[in-house]
Amino acid sequence: MKPPPFDYHAPRDLGEALAVLAETGEHGKVLAGGQSLIPLLNMRLAAPGHLVDINRIDPLDTLTATAEGVTVGALARHSRVERSSEAAAAQPLLRQALRLVAHPVIRNRGTVVGSLVHADPAAEMPAVLALLGGSVRLARADGPAREVAAADFFTGPLESALRPGELAVSAFFPALPPRSGTAFREFARRHGDYALAGIAALVTLDEAGAVGAVKVACIGVGATPIVLDLTGVEPDAVAHAVRGRIEPEADIHASADYRRHLAGVLAARAVDEANGEARRAFDHAGR
Amino acid sequence: MTTKLFGEPVQRREDPRLLTGQGRYLDDLGPGALAAAFVRSPHAHARIRDIDVSGALDVEGLVAIYTWEDLPGRAGQPLPLLIPHPALTHGRTAYPLAKDVVRHVGEPVVMVVARDRYLAEDACALIEVDYEFLKPVVGVEEALRSGNLVHEDVPDNVGAHMVQEVPSADGRGAAEAIEAAPYSLEFRLDIERSASMPLEGRGVYARWDADDHSLRVYSSTQTSTSVRMAIAATLGLPLPKVEVIAPDVGGGFGVKIMHPWPEEILVPWAAITLGREVKWTEDRREHFISSAHERAQVQQVKVGFDGEGHVLGLDVTILHDHGAYTPYGIIVPIITSTQLLGPYRIGAYRVEFSSVYTNTVQVTPYRGAGRPQGVFCMERTMDHISRHLGLDRAAVRAANFIQPDEFPYDQGMIFQDGRPLIYDSGDYPESLRMLKELIDWDGFPARKAEAAARGRRLGIGIGCYVEGTGVGPYEGGHVQVTSDGRVHVSTGLTSQGQGHETVFAQIAASELGVPLERVSVVTGDTRRFGYAVGTFASRAAVMSGNAIALACRKVREKALRIAADALEADPRDLSITDGVVHVAGDPRASIPLATVAVLSNPLRYAFDEEAKRATQFAGGGSADRPPIEEGDEPGLEGREYYSPIRSTFASGMHAAIVETDPDTAEITILRYAVVHDCGNLINPMIVEGQIHGGVAQGVGGALYERMVYDQHGQLLNASFMDFLMPYVTEVPAVETAHLETPSPLNPLGIKGAGEAGVIPVSAVIASAVEDAEDFPIDRMPLSPSELFDLRSRHGTG
Repeated sequence: MKPPPFDYHAPRDLGEALAVLAETGEHGKVLAGGQSLIPLLNMRLAAPGHLVDINRIDPLDTLTATAEGVTVGALARHSRVERSSEAAAAQPLLRQALRLVAHPVIRNRGTVVGSLVHADPAAEMPAVLALLGGSVRLARADGPAREVAAADFFTGPLESALRPGELAVSAFFPALPPRSGTAFREFARRHGDYALAGIAALVTLDEAGAVGAVKVACIGVGATPIVLDLTGVEPDAVAHAVRGRIEPEADIHASADYRRHLAGVLAARAVDEANGEARRAFDHAGR
Repeated sequence: MTTKLFGEPVQRREDPRLLTGQGRYLDDLGPGALAAAFVRSPHAHARIRDIDVSGALDVEGLVAIYTWEDLPGRAGQPLPLLIPHPALTHGRTAYPLAKDVVRHVGEPVVMVVARDRYLAEDACALIEVDYEFLKPVVGVEEALRSGNLVHEDVPDNVGAHMVQEVPSADGRGAAEAIEAAPYSLEFRLDIERSASMPLEGRGVYARWDADDHSLRVYSSTQTSTSVRMAIAATLGLPLPKVEVIAPDVGGGFGVKIMHPWPEEILVPWAAITLGREVKWTEDRREHFISSAHERAQVQQVKVGFDGEGHVLGLDVTILHDHGAYTPYGIIVPIITSTQLLGPYRIGAYRVEFSSVYTNTVQVTPYRGAGRPQGVFCMERTMDHISRHLGLDRAAVRAANFIQPDEFPYDQGMIFQDGRPLIYDSGDYPESLRMLKELIDWDGFPARKAEAAARGRRLGIGIGCYVEGTGVGPYEGGHVQVTSDGRVHVSTGLTSQGQGHETVFAQIAASELGVPLERVSVVTGDTRRFGYAVGTFASRAAVMSGNAIALACRKVREKALRIAADALEADPRDLSITDGVVHVAGDPRASIPLATVAVLSNPLRYAFDEEAKRATQFAGGGSADRPPIEEGDEPGLEGREYYSPIRSTFASGMHAAIVETDPDTAEITILRYAVVHDCGNLINPMIVEGQIHGGVAQGVGGALYERMVYDQHGQLLNASFMDFLMPYVTEVPAVETAHLETPSPLNPLGIKGAGEAGVIPVSAVIASAVEDAEDFPIDRMPLSPSELFDLRSRHGTG
């Protein structure tokens, strides 16, 4: 369990990083928190010719919360985002989800943007981005940066729209709309494991306080986070509606039937909780 | 006992070292050594057609590449079959490096030695082995059915077949007793594979002194003395020229009692051949696919019983998955067969096992060593009977208990040590009473009903076991008091974190009447103690503990004799307290043990003030007698061995309350209670720690861990990401109570405690989930997904 040989690059600024990535192309791999990449290297499941370590590029270690949303730089660790009260105030789903990401020591090192780029279909942060309709900003040396919407970013299991030569410099998570609530429910075999299934939910009430829009994102039950619009579905029909719209696969930890069942249970629980949060926001605004 | 140290919850003396990173584990040694790595078979069953190493030859830092053809003499022979048994008619062991055929994924084929491990692995990746695929055999039933053979010369893949039968008091066999019983049941039980999985894997580091022609080997082993003998014999070295040392070992749990591992032969051989230090540190993937697993069995049970739940006849047929080889013999299924009976006196018993080869990692003992499977069988049987008769599960067990006045109790079988299975002592009714009180067994139905009214599903389970501990043949202890008053204790068996440095020091301090701080303990170092068996079978405290106590008594007797001379007193009037020998009734007449040590060794040369007292003109001793009496020895030291006639039998009972989520099928352990009897307690805190660790591993086996092989013999979850060892977050708080029924078999009255915690956990959790769900649980481990499937099948989802 030692990695195969690679060239190590430690650029000091963004320009240098992009230049190295342009030069190494598909042989280059960005190292940020390393919480997924290093095990893959040690197991020799990945063998990039070049590792581009961006940890010295301080300007990428940013976290900005505004009325529009939360922008997370490529070097912002999970734990920083999790602890930020500004980020939680702008978009409470971030903290709700980050608490479920692995273990505290992993969150101290792993990055939010790294998790998005890694695009594990059982990971929490891709689902958050997908549910909220956020985006990822991709920079490259030989052209302008492009902003890719979540809907276009996750292309398959462990696959994203990131192209060789590009660096994901930040992600944008839209703020919580008025009269809205969120929740994240998941079921993992052990505390901190990738979930067998999980649901992020967003409920928005209309101006009269009735349920307006209901959306969920499902993890662990498809190749990418699956966003479902459940607007108009009665609360006791949520589980059934979700089960009918996913096609989970079996693995050594759970059968496909169980995963489908579980996604339904978790969806009902998450929507209920998000609904309660939305109701609280509505009552608070009314007072 | 002259002080209170024996029986006190003394803090573990090894912890400051181990918890602050000061431990010295195998990979901490030899930073400049060459590194070994192995090309291992990627196939479960294949014939090696060709090995092409040419691609690796250009790797910078490469030192050597070895295949089977390079191995000389006995190193090229199959590894030893450690425990032969007449029923093991087709025992087979592997070659250190595969010769013609590989029989499981992970079997070593090529050894590479390079400047560091990175380079060694780079070279491994460039070596091409051409394999001809053979049909793999996976699963015990498949092994009997398929016609494919793991070993060409082992028909039906059956390595061993054994039947033991104990007729009832009126002479009936099991079949007849079951036939004649008022009630009978038949069912099947399944237990899956797990593994010891110590956080530190195996590892070997060897240094050859070419001038002295001597070899020093460090191995992360549970038996340094036997590794030493195996290395000397295999490499043709004189025993006195081989030293083997077990440094701090980061867990063993059974897998490191297996030996010699291929690497324990190959690494020393390479060190000698190359004249360089060589080290191999097992990585986690290697540990999964090339060490050892345990547990997997399929059991067919027939039981006959009366209306009160008395077992009149029990017939168990076991298919035991032995993996590809049988280097440790058939100890595991023998223990299952014999320990299955637990605390019960039953009518007639018949047990039959077939030990079957499959193309998977070999099976050798893992903490519990066959007992968890046997207890699962017996306790599931008790629950089946209770359910069938509508009786309380604790009451059915009580109806079958051996009573306190029936000890010693002969179960009429032969145990794993080749000796009769005779229980030495115990009090099972009291143990059950304590457990029921601890878990509030009688109050549970009300609690369950109350929870049900709020939509929650609770269940309670129980499991009992008896554990043969402290198996022979022997261990020894050496105790030396030096002239500075320090006490040096050594024993040959090894430590893997159990707390031996503490408990052995407690024993020595108590026996000798010295402060604990003055006692130091060395284990597992053949330079200090050459004769030993090893640390397994919950035997260290019983075996080495008693040997050390006996050695201390010998030293004490000598100390009192010398002190009596010096003080002109009767030895019978002397006692030792705080390291000073006192005359009873005369507080001024005393002599420090340090001085006694000086006087015990007549000197010609004084090297310090204290030593002057033992020189020839100091005036001690009689001119008519030799300075050393005939039959005596210089120095204040003693060596004694403890060799018991048979094992001593610890026991325990566990109960758990679980909650199962009606929607997600999540299984949560709400309470876990243990009543444990290991005879006299040396250190109750350490015993509790052993129980906690055992329960944690038991929870792993019950709810999380399994080795998932596919039909091709590939292990699908060979990493900590997919092999689910429980974290602390998954392990419940363990509530314990101790019962002490001293063993009459040894001077200290103690029994073993190391494995106890793990043994009944699967049985207890199955019992509790069954109670919550109201359908039978016959297969462990049990995941939420499987519980969901069971609910669907039983129409209760």
